[in-house]
Order: sequence, then C-alpha cells, then structure tokens
Amino acid sequence: MSAPILAVQDLCLRFGGLIATNNVSFSVKPDELHAIIGPNGAGKSTLIAQLAGDRLPDSGQILLGGADVTGLPSHARAQRGLGRSFQITSVFSEFTTLANVALAVQAGAGSSFRFWKRAAREHALVEPARAILDRVGLSHRADVPAGALAHGEKRALELGIALARRPRLLLLDEPMAGMGPEEAARMVELLAALKGSLAMVLVEHDMDAVFRLADRISVLVYGRLIATGSPEETRSNPEVRQAYLGEDE
Amino acid sequence: MLTSASRHGLATLLLLVALALLPPALNALGEPFYIGLGTRVLIFAIAAVSLDLILGYGGMVSLGHAAYLGVGAYTVGILSFYGVQNGFVHFLSAAAISALVALAIGANSVRTTGIHFIMISLAFGQMLYYLAVSVSQFGGDDGLNIDAQSAFGGLDLGDPTSLYYVSFCILVVVLFGLDRLVNSRFGMVLRAVKSNEPRVRTIGFSPYRYKLTAFVISGTICGIAGALLANQNLFISPASMHWGRSGEILIMTILGGMGTLSGAVVGSVVYISLEYFLSRLTEHWQAVMGPLIVLVVLFAGGGLVALLAGRRVAGAGSR
Repeated sequence: MSAPILAVQDLCLRFGGLIATNNVSFSVKPDELHAIIGPNGAGKSTLIAQLAGDRLPDSGQILLGGADVTGLPSHARAQRGLGRSFQITSVFSEFTTLANVALAVQAGAGSSFRFWKRAAREHALVEPARAILDRVGLSHRADVPAGALAHGEKRALELGIALARRPRLLLLDEPMAGMGPEEAARMVELLAALKGSLAMVLVEHDMDAVFRLADRISVLVYGRLIATGSPEETRSNPEVRQAYLGEDE
Repeated sequence: MLTSASRHGLATLLLLVALALLPPALNALGEPFYIGLGTRVLIFAIAAVSLDLILGYGGMVSLGHAAYLGVGAYTVGILSFYGVQNGFVHFLSAAAISALVALAIGANSVRTTGIHFIMISLAFGQMLYYLAVSVSQFGGDDGLNIDAQSAFGGLDLGDPTSLYYVSFCILVVVLFGLDRLVNSRFGMVLRAVKSNEPRVRTIGFSPYRYKLTAFVISGTICGIAGALLANQNLFISPASMHWGRSGEILIMTILGGMGTLSGAVVGSVVYISLEYFLSRLTEHWQAVMGPLIVLVVLFAGGGLVALLAGRRVAGAGSR
C-alpha cells in the first residue's frame, strides 16, 4: 500500500448560506485515476479550485505528497508537483506546438534569465518537449503554430503543457469539453495511455469516458461526497443511482 | 526554395550591406551632404529597434520612448558643459543613466497593460520633457549647445563619415544582440507574456521580472542612440523628448513591421527619407505622410517587411 499523493480531509467552503463544499474527504493514490462526478451545481469546479489553490477552503486540509499545501498559492503547488489542464483552452497561439511545450519544460529547467543561446537549439528543452508531443500524439504537428490547431489538438496540447512540468498529480477539468465524438475518443485513448505513470483527478461530464478510465469514482451531490468506489460499485450504488445516474434510466 | 525566416535574414543582410555602402556611393555621386541624413536614419533606427523589443516582442506600447533619446543626449550635453569630453565616459554614462531612468519608470509601469501602460509611459515621458524645459541652467526651452563631439582618441566624430560608421556599427551590434535575445530563453518568456500572460503565470513564471528587464534593456539602447544624436547635432533641446517624437519612433516601428527588429530599420529609412524629401516639396508634407502610413497599416498588417519578405515573418511566430 503506497501513501496517497493527495489527501483531502474535511474540506469545507461556504458562499454565504450555500455550502459549496461540505466536509469532503478523499484520497488519491500515486498511480490512480480518480474521477469526480456529480450533477451540475454539485460543486465540482469549486472543489477543483481549492485543490489547485485558486480558492482557499474555510476549513479542512489538503495534503500533497504528505505535505500540507492548504494555504499555498497555485504557483507554489505547481512547484510541488501539481499540474493542471484548464476547462477553457489556453495556449500560446503564435508559438509552434513544440515551442509551447518547450516553454513549459523551460519553466522547470533552471533560470530563464539566459539571453544568448537560442532556446530552440537547447536539447535540454527541445528533447523533453518532443517526447511529450509524442505522448500526447502531436509529433506530426510540432512545427505548426498552436493557433492553427484543431480544437481537439489544442486540448491535447493543453495536456502536453501540463505534463511538461512533470507533475505527480494532474487535475483535469473537463478535458473533453466541446469535443466531437472522434476527438473525445482520442482524448480517452490518450488519458488511458497516461494512466499509471502519474496520478490524475478527472472532472468530466462524459460518463462513458469516466467509467472507462477511472480506477475510483467519487460522487459529489450538493457539495457532499455521497460515495467513493470502483466504477462497478458506483454503478450499482442505489444512492448514486437515485441522486444522479438514475436520471438516465 | 528559401524559408520565410531565411528570406527575412537575407533581406536584413542586403539592407545592412546597402547601408554600409551608402557613404562611398554618395561620395561617388558627389552628394556627401546626404551622409548626415543617413546618420540620422541610423540613429532613429537604433531607437526604433530598441522600441521593437518591448513593443513587438513584449507587447508594451510605449508612448514615451523619446525620453531615453533625450536622457542619452542630455547626458552627453551636460558632461560637455562641465568640460568632460571623453567619449567612453559620454557613452557609458548615457547608457547607465538611461538604464536607471528606465528602471525607475519601468518599475512603476510594466505591471500595467494596454491603454494604462500607454498613458503611464506618456506621462513619464512628458515629466522628463518638462523637467528639461524647466532647468534653465542647461538652456531650458532654448536647448543646450554642445561645444564638441565626444572624444575617442584618434576617432573624430565630427567627420560625418566616421559618425555614420560608428552609428552603423552600433546598429549592427544591437540588431545582432537583440536577435539572439528574442530567441533565447529570456526572449521566449517575453514573447509568451505578449501572447498569453495568464498562461505564463500558471506554468510558473512571474512576468514582471521579464518585462522590466526588457524595458531596461530597451531604454538603455535608446539612450545610446540619444548620445549619437547629441554628437550629430551638437545641440540638444527638450523637443527631442517631446511625446510627438515618441510617436514618430512608434510609427517607424509599426511602419516597418513590429516584432521583426529589421522592420524598425526599414521604418526609419522610409520615415526619415520621406520626411526629408516631402518637406522639401511642400510644407504640408504631413498631409502626404499621414495617408501613406494609414495605407501601410491597412494593407500590410505586418508592415513593410511583411510586404517585402513574405507575410509569415512578422510577429513572435516561428522559432
């Protein structure tokens, strides 16, 4: 049994009278893909924002690799191995795909106050960037300006930028948002291939993707975690069916 | 088949060769007077290239860049006033004082973006302008005459051809150095900040340090251009740091093509030549210049360089 990479204990956050996060506790193992699902308004985005450091909880604790990061800002969490892909695509449109990833590699590879050597010729930046493009399936698009990529490719690049910082834990906020079925299928393949090499927390509305990818699923309803379990357990949990999955049947 | 990047490099090389051959060509044509005009082109090219670093690569629209031209020129003028003639002292002081001024202004302005940055750069520029107007000891509004050019041993900057080639060499060094800089690690962060500042933060960079450093480098180079200007005119007045002059440097950079470095040189060549020849034809030369600039901006988004060398060289694009 390995120690969890992420441990969340009794997390609470209120907005006035509304309890957005209500005593949430769960943990993520170092090689686990942990999905968080729930109906709209269940507080998934708010929970992710607290994990990422964009919002501070009222009470409770967040441990990253055993260290308390509850009060740390987002860039400090990034330095401790927390990666993040955004719900809204945000890349450097004028840079090539390769340069986008190389810049993210650069952020974790020593000082950037270097004024002379051409960054595009630094193997220490370009080689890891190429390896990551390979992983996210964009090798053939390396020299294309990122602004010219298709939506699904931009999402994959977004993931590549997050991976370039070599996170131990990756927060994926609706990585399939706005994708067509083919693009979504490709993203599922991509995430399936990444599984096992790092821990991931996945928030996603696409239930097929969630049940295909997740090792465990936590179900959030009105800010409260009503269940955590394997996909099978989640599917057969009567409380979950009633609160959420039941809508479909 | 040349890539657009190497075509751009070739065009820059041809432009520099043409500028290098200008003085002998003018002498052969019996028109040595125009060497002085060429020097003016080179000096403003250095200023415009320095502006392009923060404008074209850093996304900072400065409407106060002439302030550094003025600071550099006044540094030479005031040192001469007190009897210091050594050229090394002149130029090193011009660079150092411009750097300090840029540090002070940049520290208070580069956190802002867009229209706020434009207004703050304008305000600081005009503050220095009014400072120069008010200091009557150095001529105030009337300006300050400079007794002699900066002394560099055997090198006589009073000779127009010598001053031309000194300016030319400085321009080449600046172009080469900045070309390295904008493609270095530092340059990539700077260009990324222009492209998408929030994303730069989330991958772990603090944009402020990079923007401020670029701002200081830019101001320092422009200050050196100012020292050259003082040597050419042997006169310096507050007019050289008026915001209208900042606007001209901005126009040169945009006219030639932002984010290309050599575009700023083309912009300076075209702007100053047009200014000179049009103003001999008519006193209403600006009525011709204005529409020309509008046409270039409307029909050549990437400036004249994009027209000359193919569109895709412009901007912080390929690497």
